Amino acid sequence: MPTDRVDVRKTYKLFIGGAFPRSESGRTYQVTSAAGGFLANAALASRKDVRDAVVAARAAVPKWAGATAYNRGQVLYRVAELLEGRREQFAAEVTAFGEDPSTVHDAIDRWVWYAGWADKFAQVHGGANPVAGPYFNLSSPEPTGVVGIVAPAEPALLGLVSVVAPAIVTGNTVVILASEPRPLPAVSLAEVLATSDLPGGVVNILTGRPAETAPWLASHQDVNALDLTGVADPELATSLEQAAAGNLKRVVRPAAGPAWTADPGTARMAAFVETKTVWHPKGG
Amino acid sequence: MPGFDYAPAPESRSIVDIKPSYGLFVSGEFVDPVDGTAFKTISPATEEVLAEVATAGPSDVDRAVQAARSAYASVWGTMSGRDRAKYLYRIARIVQERARELAVLESLDNGKPIRESRDVDVPLVAAHFFYYAGWADKLAHAGFGPAPQPIGVAGQVIPWNFPLLMLAWKIAPALACGNTVVLKPAETTPLTALVFAEICQQADLPPGVVNIVTGAGETGAALVNHPAIDKVAFTGSTEVGRLIAKAVAGTRKRVTLELGGKAANIVFEDAPIDQAVEGIVNGIFFNQGHVCCAGSRLLVQESVADQVLESLKRRMTQLRVGDPLDKNTDIGAINSAEQLDRIRRLSEIGSSEGAERWSAPCELPDRGFWFAPTIFTGVTQAHRIAREEIFGPVLSVLTFRTPAEAVEKANNTPYGLSAGVWTEKGSRILAMADRLRAGVVWANTFNKFDPSSPFGGYKESGYGREGGRHGLEAYLAY
Amino acid sequence: MPPLLPATQRLPAVAAQDHDKITQVAARVDFTAMTASVIADLSEVARSATALRAFLHGLPGVDQVGAEQRAAMLATRSIKTTAKAYAIDLAIRMVDLTTLEGADTAGKVRALCAKAQRPDPADPSCPAVAAVCVYPAMVPTAVSALHGSGVHVASVATAFPSGQATLDVKIADTRAAVAAGADEIDMVINRGAFLSGHYLQVYEEIRAVRAACGAAHLKVILETGELATYDNVRRASWLAMLAGADFIKTSTGKVQPAATMPVTLVMLEAVRDFRDTTGRQVGVKPAGGIRTTKDAVRYLVLVNETAGEDWLDPHWFRFGASTLLNDLLMQRTKLTTGYYAGPDYFTVD
Repeated sequence: MPTDRVDVRKTYKLFIGGAFPRSESGRTYQVTSAAGGFLANAALASRKDVRDAVVAARAAVPKWAGATAYNRGQVLYRVAELLEGRREQFAAEVTAFGEDPSTVHDAIDRWVWYAGWADKFAQVHGGANPVAGPYFNLSSPEPTGVVGIVAPAEPALLGLVSVVAPAIVTGNTVVILASEPRPLPAVSLAEVLATSDLPGGVVNILTGRPAETAPWLASHQDVNALDLTGVADPELATSLEQAAAGNLKRVVRPAAGPAWTADPGTARMAAFVETKTVWHPKGG
Repeated sequence: MPGFDYAPAPESRSIVDIKPSYGLFVSGEFVDPVDGTAFKTISPATEEVLAEVATAGPSDVDRAVQAARSAYASVWGTMSGRDRAKYLYRIARIVQERARELAVLESLDNGKPIRESRDVDVPLVAAHFFYYAGWADKLAHAGFGPAPQPIGVAGQVIPWNFPLLMLAWKIAPALACGNTVVLKPAETTPLTALVFAEICQQADLPPGVVNIVTGAGETGAALVNHPAIDKVAFTGSTEVGRLIAKAVAGTRKRVTLELGGKAANIVFEDAPIDQAVEGIVNGIFFNQGHVCCAGSRLLVQESVADQVLESLKRRMTQLRVGDPLDKNTDIGAINSAEQLDRIRRLSEIGSSEGAERWSAPCELPDRGFWFAPTIFTGVTQAHRIAREEIFGPVLSVLTFRTPAEAVEKANNTPYGLSAGVWTEKGSRILAMADRLRAGVVWANTFNKFDPSSPFGGYKESGYGREGGRHGLEAYLAY
Repeated sequence: MPPLLPATQRLPAVAAQDHDKITQVAARVDFTAMTASVIADLSEVARSATALRAFLHGLPGVDQVGAEQRAAMLATRSIKTTAKAYAIDLAIRMVDLTTLEGADTAGKVRALCAKAQRPDPADPSCPAVAAVCVYPAMVPTAVSALHGSGVHVASVATAFPSGQATLDVKIADTRAAVAAGADEIDMVINRGAFLSGHYLQVYEEIRAVRAACGAAHLKVILETGELATYDNVRRASWLAMLAGADFIKTSTGKVQPAATMPVTLVMLEAVRDFRDTTGRQVGVKPAGGIRTTKDAVRYLVLVNETAGEDWLDPHWFRFGASTLLNDLLMQRTKLTTGYYAGPDYFTVD
């Protein structure tokens, strides 16, 4: 590769409702590498972008939650195939941020793992309840609805995949506040999702400063749950939890920084489902 | 021809030995509160004072939490599941043995009909302890990883509508999972919880595993905000649930909330009408409508609305309102003057907003707190009585034309605890059950509960599930 | 159910102004305005097999579990003291004292008739039963034994209990019983025809027997134990009422299960709805398996809270029973004397 080529510098946009709008604020910020070099301009999302993303996420709920579990699994597996195709791009991006490129493989493998859960989680998490009476009684998980996620700052791709996949595999739609210092894998993931079969609005990605946007997400009355995994500042976390109490959002805030390569178990999927129990008499 | 009137058939009070005053139950003993205040608990049916009960102040709550902490560290948290199970089985058996006493006491203190406390509340309490006793040594197989651990000390605050049953819903799974508890019963209904404390003594439960602190909202707040508890479990209003969620923000306490509801009970034209009418009655008048999952919004298909309403009114005239201890009473007393006031206020708003009010003809006693079973017709989604939880024997009747409209109206609420569907068409039931945003959907039945069946809400009806395998999750770290 | 008039026209609703004292609402239904037109409508439902089928299958379904729970709940009502004394006497007056055995003889029937008139010879205040129920061949004996007593003679007919005979035979059976002086005819429906969906045939057979009854009252036995489902019980109830039954009766007593609380509940709902729709009141008779006072009182509670007190009369509710009577008498004695009675003190007839 000739080193004297003048590169095409990129200004990335947000991902809302399957489209790539600029921030309504028109703001951007510079993303730099671990070494401090310029990597790209990213959109600096605003309160109104959060609002638009929630609208898009809510609109996407009926179709995505209503899709068959098999179909959701197929769509997510197809995403994994696309990720695999862009493996090197992701590796370059995380490497630029000083991360181990092997986390890209872990991320893709994790996506595949969650994709397989689509048509199994209800069987493991739900079930027939042997009530003391002539009733059919069945509990099944249903998606909570719209989940707001503050993605971990790093690992940029593995952390992101680890919070997004378990939320959407059960039928939720998400609004993600991407890693502020390392947003490029999130932007690339958006490009992957846009060309996949995932319906627009299921995943919405906002780059920028979570400290500025997260409070709007936490207090939004049409958001059902909040994942604060990426919030490192305890004061911010507390204020977000307080705001989330307004409409009794389900809040996930892991106690310690998770070991990202460990087996994640089913807890993250379980955190964003509602258990619905249906009774019906058994009679002739 | 003389009428076929049922003579009063009161259950005897003599089985219950109410002490003139009760202390707090801390570390296996009844103790006096540190600041020495007390409050009176009355029978809502007669306004007679039943007993004086201690008010736990912050230092009392602290003492109870320390007792629970110490029991957790030294005994209960380390005890084998097999042995924890045996204590829970003991408790279950004692509840069965003292069932009549507990039922009478519950009806006295709460105002609910003895038929319900005897046939529903107390049997379910025993069943709940039996159910979770069996889980105590099987937690590794519950789907929460190979070695799920208890969380620690649970602070539990319960409401007055099902005093002992809510206690069982809280204490049984907590103890089965190896946690210890400090529980605060509602200030208007503390007595069965205090008898439960005696049952813990009778079962030789290690001191400090269960602690009962009585008092009002301040006591509850002191418990929920106590820094040494690891878990908050609350059943009550959405308003208070929100305050709790806000208060524990940032503390890393685990929280489950079982809050209010405004359930739609949807009757289609092809419903089994007679059973639907029973279900409507059971849905809203069971326990005087003091039920978070009450079917307080009747959505009836327009084509059968007149017929259903006529049957409903006829059925309502059969309801027997009166002495909670009379075995023939269907509807007892409203739990408190305060609650009666709220029911009256919201009912007046219903009338002033133009809904048509109809109450079943019945003679109400002169003393005590009473409200005749009441329905409002001509209600729309815009009426406050269709949106706010009344928590009383007041039904709002709305109509719909199509299944889609029924779903839309049913889901048009910040609550999401329960819903009812009545139709003989199987595929419609399943489609409706899919689309209703509620934690419990009763199809062709209503207000059914079972220890093996998870219960809890969507949206502002709270989070977490009580009952069943799902109910373990709130009390396990995994 | 056929469309009813709007509730607002029929059930005056009072907006309660006072929370603590709700004024009595006239919950009774005014039939007079609607009766004629609705009956005209209902007469149309049997104009063809298709129409009748459509009507019967258009009745609201019955949820088994819900119906059984309602019946079980009503069974927990506690009836004591004065209410119980009233209930026992009422139950005695509602008994159709029954003997339907191959071994029945004139002597047996005469003994039964004596007991029917004076159930407790030691206590003249004890009321007589409603009727004595026998096979057609025993009707003359019963008629002469009960002459002038006011106790009715009921006769089973129509090839009881199976009903498996030709219509001619059933009609002849009925005519013979009526000619011999029976006041009431207990016929069986053609369950085979019902279960194979030939509702019009069942209807027409009842109509024919109804005609053969003349002035005698017609009780139509559904044999609910063979109909198996509550939906069938409701349809058969309406079918019998449409065809002119004066009473609908659960069972022959020869098939298990015979009368049950939930079956009777469904039938009481049917007569209630039928009167609401047509203005005509039809009686209900559970028969078979009701043996104790406790059972009988539970049935009376069921009547009281389902069809209402209008049915709490021997004219509208009967018990088809034999051993029940002695238990009622024993409990009656217990209430009057204060001590428990023994079977030796009551006649075995």
